[in-house]
Amino acid sequence: MIHTDICIIGAGPVGLFAVFEAGLLKMRCHVMDVLPQIGGQLSEIYPKKPIYDIPGYPVVLAQELVDNLEKQIEPFNPTFTLGERVEKIERLEDGAFLLETNEGTQCQAKVVVIAGGLGCFEPRKPALEKIEHFEGNGIDYMVRNPDKYTDKRIIIAGGGDSALDWTIFLAEHTEHLTLVHRGSSFRGAPDSADKVLKLAEAGKITLHLNSQVTALHGNGVLNECLITDKTGKASKVATDYFIPLFGLSPKLGPIAAWNLNLDRNQIQVNTEDYATNVEGIYAIGDINTYPGKLKLILCGFHEAALMAQSAYRTVSGGKKASLKYTTVNGVQSF
Amino acid sequence: MENIRIYVEETEGEFREVEAPIDMGLSLMEILKASEYPIAATCGGMALCASCHIEVLEGDAYKEASDAELDMLDTLPVVSDSSRLACQLRLSEDMDGLRIRLLATEE
Repeated sequence: MIHTDICIIGAGPVGLFAVFEAGLLKMRCHVMDVLPQIGGQLSEIYPKKPIYDIPGYPVVLAQELVDNLEKQIEPFNPTFTLGERVEKIERLEDGAFLLETNEGTQCQAKVVVIAGGLGCFEPRKPALEKIEHFEGNGIDYMVRNPDKYTDKRIIIAGGGDSALDWTIFLAEHTEHLTLVHRGSSFRGAPDSADKVLKLAEAGKITLHLNSQVTALHGNGVLNECLITDKTGKASKVATDYFIPLFGLSPKLGPIAAWNLNLDRNQIQVNTEDYATNVEGIYAIGDINTYPGKLKLILCGFHEAALMAQSAYRTVSGGKKASLKYTTVNGVQSF
Repeated sequence: MENIRIYVEETEGEFREVEAPIDMGLSLMEILKASEYPIAATCGGMALCASCHIEVLEGDAYKEASDAELDMLDTLPVVSDSSRLACQLRLSEDMDGLRIRLLATEE
């Protein structure tokens, strides 16, 4: 069990800077993120993109900004749980919070700060009737354990790199593999596209281009998919598994179930201290909303500073924080 | 030219006119959000989330999708031949009279 003053959910730039602001007020932080590395979307999605609106930097690369933030918070010795998603928040009798991840890691904190950005990236699900009935009963949205498909019949849908890569990988091991792609060609790596077409020519897989899976059949467990092509011609294909690979899209995830006031999938906060409607839980950065909200890194930094002043009262048991200029006091590490 | 007009399908076959300035460097996504259409535009215009997915019903705007945009569109379960990400359409004079349908409204 991890014990800390503040548990920050989200290791993007705003979550990282919150460690700094909390540190100036001598509060310890533990940071959790579903991604395996810090930096949030800056590191995950656009590490090489230049950012032009960070004060004091005419231009800075996204990854460079993350590296600098990491260095900036080093004196405050934050701890991290990466690659795990916070699933549950529970309030304990003494008012503190107990957080638990999908891997069972627990963290106890006096204050929770949600700096979750866009939310968690989750697999995009095709709009098919009863698809949720078959989740785990024949439908998988990602390939976690390829052995599972050995000597089974599977249908993969999608035209991106992951659909191509898994098709190539699984073609050898499955009893039969069908790849369904909406388009007439593949935009993925030309090399992989080529391999897939060769597998189809050699009869190792069945390829349905200009087609989509349009219906799912089975009694509790999936046993058949209906594949329809652009001309409307439909064919039934018996299968053990259907794996739609349509990329990831950002979703709020478990946060939606934490009794926080939401507005269009963002967390409502007041602008005095960026507190949510639940005492002791704050939300800063892209994940919050308030009148006039701008989704800018620099606004998130500001929110982190105000949040820290307010959180100090809770963490210290009612004391008011005094504003400390780093020019006067420097950075007192711990 | 001052403003252009975009026509957004409200219900089947019925369109609402949206007036948009072209001198502010806005994207179609931004004007749709400002007009209170329920699109999430989660990623803020970087062609990363496809939550501003639209279909161009009339107009030439679909001719110049970038690779990043086509890649993103390619990952979606359902697209049409004239699908676009509204965030990648910079408003310009030749988009006057564009007719679109929203495909990614928020649940």
